[in-house]
Amino acid sequence: MNPKRTIYADNAATTPMSAAAVAAMLPYMEGIYGNPSSLHSVGQRAAEALADARQRVAACLGAASPQEITFTSGGSEADNQAILTAVRLGEKKGKRHIVSTAFEHHAVLHPLERLAKEGYEITLLDVHEDGLVRPEEVRAAIRPDTALVSVMYANNEIGTVQPIGEIGAICRAAGVLFHTDAVQAAGHLPIDVAAENIDMLSLSGHKFRGPKGVGALYARRGIRLASLIEGGAQERGRRAGTENVPAIMGMTAALEEAVARRAADAAAVAAKRDRLIAGLSAIPHSILNGDPVRRLPGNVSFCFEGIEGESLLLLLDDRGVCASSGSACTSGSLDPSHVLLAIGRPHEIAHGSLRLTISAETTDADVDCIIGAVREVVAYLRGMSPVWRDLTEGKTKFVTE
Amino acid sequence: MALYSEKVMDHFRNPRNVGTLEDADGVGEVGNAKCGDIMKIYLKIRDDVIDDVKFETFGCGSAIASSSMATEMIKGKPVSEAMALTNRAVAEALDGLPPHKLHCSVLAEEAIKAALKDYYDRHGIAYDPADFPAGEGCAHCGLAGE
Repeated sequence: MNPKRTIYADNAATTPMSAAAVAAMLPYMEGIYGNPSSLHSVGQRAAEALADARQRVAACLGAASPQEITFTSGGSEADNQAILTAVRLGEKKGKRHIVSTAFEHHAVLHPLERLAKEGYEITLLDVHEDGLVRPEEVRAAIRPDTALVSVMYANNEIGTVQPIGEIGAICRAAGVLFHTDAVQAAGHLPIDVAAENIDMLSLSGHKFRGPKGVGALYARRGIRLASLIEGGAQERGRRAGTENVPAIMGMTAALEEAVARRAADAAAVAAKRDRLIAGLSAIPHSILNGDPVRRLPGNVSFCFEGIEGESLLLLLDDRGVCASSGSACTSGSLDPSHVLLAIGRPHEIAHGSLRLTISAETTDADVDCIIGAVREVVAYLRGMSPVWRDLTEGKTKFVTE
Repeated sequence: MALYSEKVMDHFRNPRNVGTLEDADGVGEVGNAKCGDIMKIYLKIRDDVIDDVKFETFGCGSAIASSSMATEMIKGKPVSEAMALTNRAVAEALDGLPPHKLHCSVLAEEAIKAALKDYYDRHGIAYDPADFPAGEGCAHCGLAGE
């Protein structure tokens, strides 16, 4: 094994662009550079491409009409716009209650925190130790004044896949708007907004091998999106600003390719994921985060007792393995990941977290290499850890087995 | 720019003085696992000189590098010099730390002071308690020190 080879296992952070996505962008940087709002032929060629992309993205999601797709700058913008939309629609009916979960992405949680300061009531559902929302708890949380239920499709850190269809059915029956942040799911899991009763859905291009800085918000027909950006009639008045045509074309090509390859890729990636999980589970006092089965095909998330995540990441990087961690030190905040705390991991354990997100490009040899590198680095760091010493000498108690 | 200086990475990758001392004259432990970093320093003192020093650290890259650098800076030095080691000196010797990592150098200073205090206590050596500001705990998260 060549130690200098890089094994990229951080695909939940971002993905390399696919060749199809790059190829789809280039014509719109050179020949077809027009502004889709221009009436002349150069502009109209870009407008036609945009209309085509909208139709294709709609088809990938099972949307009824291309008009249900609004292009955004990414998942965070889409999440913010979905929440603002629900707030505006709820205002008219005096609805000031929102149901979400404790482990949403900050692009959902931070707007909710701001709304809480403005007097909204926010119910954050428990995600339990397995990282799964219980549909019956969603049902129980809905009130007559509930303006929105927002539950992510799959969690970005621990990869757990939520029962979106069941939650969608509950919300539809109750007449409550349902939004899902599908940033980690789009292109990786089968999504059907109609069958799953999804009212609004956010996605981000660079999570499925498209470009960065572009995303989309699906909003079922009849839901009038509130604008975050004013100043033009683009996106049917729901998002001002000249459309990022090259990025939209790249994202669309990437999404189509991901959807077409999904079933075959998912099975192969999940098999490697399970081998990786088995290999890391053999490390003493390690614990898998999130349900072992109901998780994204490429997500592996572990906590290791007695060590801290940032030093783990840096040493893995030295061995060519690119990963991420929910430790406080890597986030720049004081607390470890809110996701790990939400599934009940104590702070001490959450600091020693590792997220590996593999892809169809990850080989069996890569998996072996990762397992070997993690074993080595965990053992090395434990060897210099006073926390590990206290655990092994029985002065403190292990949390895991 | 990389997160850490070359010096930090060198001390992180090849930490000096890792380990324990069976017959230490003073042992100090600071930090809190809940906050994500704990440092433990072991001192062997002979004729008022730091004859040997070892450390164990649970923490991020800069915590390990700060421990390594701090131990190197006091090894073979008179106790009075070890007492005078500041977090700023440790950070400077590492060619700087990112602002949100400066507390790692603070922990290194505190760990050495805690070990020296233990040495004084064990050997009945009188000292000025003002030199050991106690109860500061973990400054960055507000948890009480151990």
